[in-house]
Amino acid sequence: MATEGTMENLQSAVGQDVWSGGVSPYAVVPKKLGMWLFIVSDAITFSALIVAYAYVRVASPDWPRPFAFSPSIVNATVMTLILLTSSITVVMAVRAAKMDARGAAAKWLMATMAGGVLFDVLHIREWLGLIEEGVRLTRNPWGAPMFGASFFTLTGLHMTHVTIGVVYLGVIAWGFAKRKFNADDVEVSGLYWHFVDLVWMFLFPLIYLMSAKMA
Amino acid sequence: MATASTAGHGHVEPIKPFMIVWGFLLAFTAVEVILAYQQFELKTMLVMLMTLSIIKAALIIAFFMHLRYDRHSLAWTLMPALVFVILMMFVVFPDSVRLYLMRPK
Repeated sequence: MATEGTMENLQSAVGQDVWSGGVSPYAVVPKKLGMWLFIVSDAITFSALIVAYAYVRVASPDWPRPFAFSPSIVNATVMTLILLTSSITVVMAVRAAKMDARGAAAKWLMATMAGGVLFDVLHIREWLGLIEEGVRLTRNPWGAPMFGASFFTLTGLHMTHVTIGVVYLGVIAWGFAKRKFNADDVEVSGLYWHFVDLVWMFLFPLIYLMSAKMA
Repeated sequence: MATASTAGHGHVEPIKPFMIVWGFLLAFTAVEVILAYQQFELKTMLVMLMTLSIIKAALIIAFFMHLRYDRHSLAWTLMPALVFVILMMFVVFPDSVRLYLMRPK
């Protein structure tokens, strides 16, 4: 049993029959499998919320399309670019970690955190703008009352994930630089961050683009 | 940092595929924004945007989340069950459509 194992150790530990026990059949460290299982369950949570949103939207006769090209769609597009770019900085962090370049890995992780913070700032600005215009969980000036609830729930849960991700990456960056964590920990935190990016790939078109205000 | 090295532990992949995937993701995002302003029926728009989103998600999972480089048993354990559960959620939609058809015209 490899407890502090790298991919190589685990792969070499895999015997003829990988499912016969005593080896790691997926050839990943246990915490990586753990993160994957979390991601699958979290994906189901987001899917359920998205399906609920789709349900009320189809069933509502007057779903609002309040997002003007400028500033809302431009803002959300910039947020998408930031999140996609922060995925690349995580890829660089994982690479650096695997090369045992601890300072570089920590810097790439901090660049990712900066992306996450910027995403949050832009998103909160968007929220405040909508609240200013009178959007609440149960009412809004334009139409179907469920618009506010679905918007704030979906984007709020995603923003919570981004915020937790920033803290998580910060802990990993600090611990990896201090040699408390290894490259696997960086990789596992990277998995989480990519998932947060992935969820936004669905929220952006479904929430913003499908509700773009037409000229 | 620029060149791949096997110093330390673990195999390090070349960076190029990841940059290409990133480029595709940015390009697909631009296409989505352009599509959003074309005159399509809402259903057509939804299908087009979701197709692009699923391709983007698949690219992120395969490359960034590394699943195509991992042992395939991992993907086969995780993905079919996830897809099945998500598809099952759509059983409620006939009710949503019923409400749609009951709209006052």
